[in-house]
Amino acid sequence: MDEFTLSRIFINLIIATKWTLILSAIAFIGGGIVGFIVMLMRLSASKWLRGVSFVYVEFFQGTPLLLQLFLAFFGLSVVFGINLSPLVAATLALTGFTSAFLADIWRGSIESLPPGQWEAGSAIGFGYLKQMQLIILPQAVKSAIAPTIGFLVQVIKGTSLASIIGFTELSRSAALINNVTLQSLLIFGLAGLIYFAVCYPLSTWSQYLEKKLAYET
Amino acid sequence: MNYSFDFSVVWENIDILLAGAWLTLKISLVAIAFGLVIGVIGSLCRTSGNKILNAITLAYVEVIRNTPYLIQLFFIFFGLPNLGIKLSAEQAAILSLAVNFGAYSTEIVRAGVESIPQGQWEAGMAIGFKKLAIFRYIVIPPALANIYRALVGQVILAVLFTSIVSQIAAEDLTYAGDYLNSRTFRSFEIYFTVALLYLAIVWLIKGVAFLIENQAFKFAKYRR
Repeated sequence: MDEFTLSRIFINLIIATKWTLILSAIAFIGGGIVGFIVMLMRLSASKWLRGVSFVYVEFFQGTPLLLQLFLAFFGLSVVFGINLSPLVAATLALTGFTSAFLADIWRGSIESLPPGQWEAGSAIGFGYLKQMQLIILPQAVKSAIAPTIGFLVQVIKGTSLASIIGFTELSRSAALINNVTLQSLLIFGLAGLIYFAVCYPLSTWSQYLEKKLAYET
Repeated sequence: MNYSFDFSVVWENIDILLAGAWLTLKISLVAIAFGLVIGVIGSLCRTSGNKILNAITLAYVEVIRNTPYLIQLFFIFFGLPNLGIKLSAEQAAILSLAVNFGAYSTEIVRAGVESIPQGQWEAGMAIGFKKLAIFRYIVIPPALANIYRALVGQVILAVLFTSIVSQIAAEDLTYAGDYLNSRTFRSFEIYFTVALLYLAIVWLIKGVAFLIENQAFKFAKYRR
């Protein structure tokens, strides 16, 4: 049987990191799409849409991500009588989690624009869609980029919880290797180091953009 | 979908869930208290002007903020015994949560202290206040008002994080849910109720925070 040498442990963790990145990308893209829709609902004139989106955001922001994963993995499987794979369950839960936070971040960016921007749009005869597309979004995107990248770090860290429902990414692979070797300090230290190597550049970038934006305005 | 929901399992075992919720609250409170102490000390190190202290504290903050809490918990619970330090599940949970909260609150408190312009100190000195009095009466109240909401937000995140300590068998609310689930297989009903209990705790914190804000920071109202 193969020995778990340091280099083998490291290579195994790096291979597993691929799945952390893939799951993060899926959650971020899915959460971005759903989050955009939820944001539009939050800003809409309809009381009903606002209410539904408020409950949605409140649920995903006010309950632990771990419970959302359990509900998706164990709960939905039981209710619908189907076996969701860990990947599908993790996708569902992380999409919900990510979308709720992104909807709030983006809503903040839009609401920080002066109402005169909307009024100017309607004054030159733009409808809602055109106002949004040509006037509001281009400006809001600017202030939304830094916190969005900052939140991407939260998503990447959040994917570590998918390990608990059995999705083999970096954290689960570390836990599995730990079960065999019991060199916990080394293995979780290495796993932490890999997460750090992924997240730190993003955090720094986000902070840089934030400062740059504050300087420009 | 012809699943019939049955929440009676939840009601029959509500005492187990409430006991778990109680431990969740206890762990959160203790960890947040310790974490705040770390945060205040950390922010003092960050603003001290001492380069070495600043670098060490900054490294601590960045490492914690850029790694998942799950890994931090496993590092402390499974890793420290390699060095001969054995902790119970509850001790490891509190230690890791405090270390985690400490890093975030370090940056929040630092932002608060730095938000007070130097002129406030000078004004205090001009009317004959001593340094400690300036800090206590002139700097702290508006600094606290400035960071209060960020701090409350971080407290809520910390409480939600505590659910992860169930993974080292600390018997918190999520652990209670796991226990019931393994006995009854009413996964949806149980985890949904557990999630709502967390939501109730979050709302409780928000409510208390709102009351405190209205009472304690009346003076800062004009700024909002």
